[in-house]
Amino acid sequence: MADLKEKAKELRGVIFESICKGGGGHIPASLSITEILTVLYYKVLKVDPKDAKNPDRDRFILSKGHASVALYAILADRGFFAKGELEKFGRMGSILGGHPDMYRVPGVEASTGSLGHGFPFGAGIALAGKLDQKLYRVFVLLGDGECQEGSVWEAALFAPQHKLDNLIAIIDYNKIQAMDYLDKIIALEPLADKWEAFGWAVREVDGHDVRALEETLQSTPFVKGKPNLIIAHTIKGKGVSFMENVPIWHYRLPNAGELKTACGELGLQWLGEESP
Amino acid sequence: MRNAYLAALYDLAKGNRDILALVADNGAIIYDKFRKDYPEQFLNFGISEANMISVAAGLASTGKIPFAYTIASFLTMRAFEQIRNDVCLQKANVKLTGIGAGFIYSNLGPTHHAVEDIAIMRSLPNMTIFSPADPLEAAKVTCAAAEISGPVYIRLSTGGTPKIYDKDYDFKAGRAVRLREGSDIAIISSGGITYEAIKATEVLSSSGISARLINLHTIKPIDEGEILRAAAETKAVLTVEEHSLCGGIGSAVAEILGRGGTYPVRMKCLGLDNCFPCGYGTYDEMKEMNGLSMDNIVNAAISICPKIVRAACVTKR
Repeated sequence: MADLKEKAKELRGVIFESICKGGGGHIPASLSITEILTVLYYKVLKVDPKDAKNPDRDRFILSKGHASVALYAILADRGFFAKGELEKFGRMGSILGGHPDMYRVPGVEASTGSLGHGFPFGAGIALAGKLDQKLYRVFVLLGDGECQEGSVWEAALFAPQHKLDNLIAIIDYNKIQAMDYLDKIIALEPLADKWEAFGWAVREVDGHDVRALEETLQSTPFVKGKPNLIIAHTIKGKGVSFMENVPIWHYRLPNAGELKTACGELGLQWLGEESP
Repeated sequence: MRNAYLAALYDLAKGNRDILALVADNGAIIYDKFRKDYPEQFLNFGISEANMISVAAGLASTGKIPFAYTIASFLTMRAFEQIRNDVCLQKANVKLTGIGAGFIYSNLGPTHHAVEDIAIMRSLPNMTIFSPADPLEAAKVTCAAAEISGPVYIRLSTGGTPKIYDKDYDFKAGRAVRLREGSDIAIISSGGITYEAIKATEVLSSSGISARLINLHTIKPIDEGEILRAAAETKAVLTVEEHSLCGGIGSAVAEILGRGGTYPVRMKCLGLDNCFPCGYGTYDEMKEMNGLSMDNIVNAAISICPKIVRAACVTKR
């Protein structure tokens, strides 16, 4: 577990550095899902970088595609592509952009970006698994703001109808969307009740607690015949003190002074104005 | 056309368990046989077109070949972004079948008419568009769609479409069919309205105008060669479509002629000119009210036919 915590911390540094060097991207939305991705890719998902298209593999779909850099960081770490690619993020000639492209980036299962697409797409893969009696599972990570999209609720109705207990939706519940707290814009509460009422088996977990995440993710299906929903309570901007729970950082990039602070907190070496 | 599509889909499903029929709460009766014989290959999504298309793309990513069917206006417009991002961007092997092309759902009113679908589907990369003119052709495009690896939009009229092809013919996806030979004008049409164009060529013929008739069963990729030949050889092109003049077949043909740029050619487009379909009534009455009757086609052809225009000039002088 200590290793996973360390790995998550290391990935936070990679995410931060890639986005700052690339000159754009969504830092806080990526930092809130770091532990979730670490546990998935190191403890849960049956995926093999050397056999990335195996039809029996588990699937992970980042429905909140704007956190692409977190996905790139873990995919590179697992060896789906060279870590050197991360340094080119967002630059001319790079395979890595602000939203993941399945035709460019090895290990990416769906090209997401517009919200409310990856989740029903994942439900389709789960349905195919049931039709073909495959044992793979489909994990879909949604943003909480994304749950304001109508298509999310169409799929939320669909999955229980087809008893897709091989589908595990995870909501990154950091409580903040682009412009402000969800509660001040379009609130989701009572969120667990809503999903339960739709026919999902729901668990809530601290989205930064690697042990709790692993236990929860490993215990699916929670109820046989029901799709699984994990509400992961997270902190947007986790790991960078001045970004945590501050909505404006959805858009901002740090200035020189802020970079120095963040580098210190993330364990990155501060090399002056050019850093990281 | 609808039954021919279903019969073809049934045969495809019989030979291949990966062929799936998806609907958004429509197709009672016509899907009965399919549902009864292949229950595991049939999925009703209820009234949720967007979900149907995203799920279809997910199914396709595992090797399934979903044929997602619903009313053309709902399919192409309610779920447009899903078609763009999940199907076309991801080159998903999803077939989209829109029923109720143009205003054939006459008295259901404009919400149920599809007169923008060609324009918006044509704008999408990786998309193939079929628009069959009669039941036989509907069956052929359905089989062709299954052969294509990638997104396909099939634009269907409903039932009761008259037969145009009296016998089997050598269908090739992407190759236009010359239904009538002619040298004075070329009429280019697609879908159910082609029936009116055929009648128009007969009237024109009896008036001494030799009208060539081209049926575009494949709108994308379009048969540029046949269109350029028609323009070069007749010097007058009339397009006829049950669709808006913005972005439909007329636009597609004009884009080709504009790029070609080699022939002085008269051109006219018949279709809906910046308006929703108007009126209620039978399909034939809808054609009358919306300027797409046989007479409208004949008159439009006469108005640009070089032979007639020349004759008129001579008479004036």
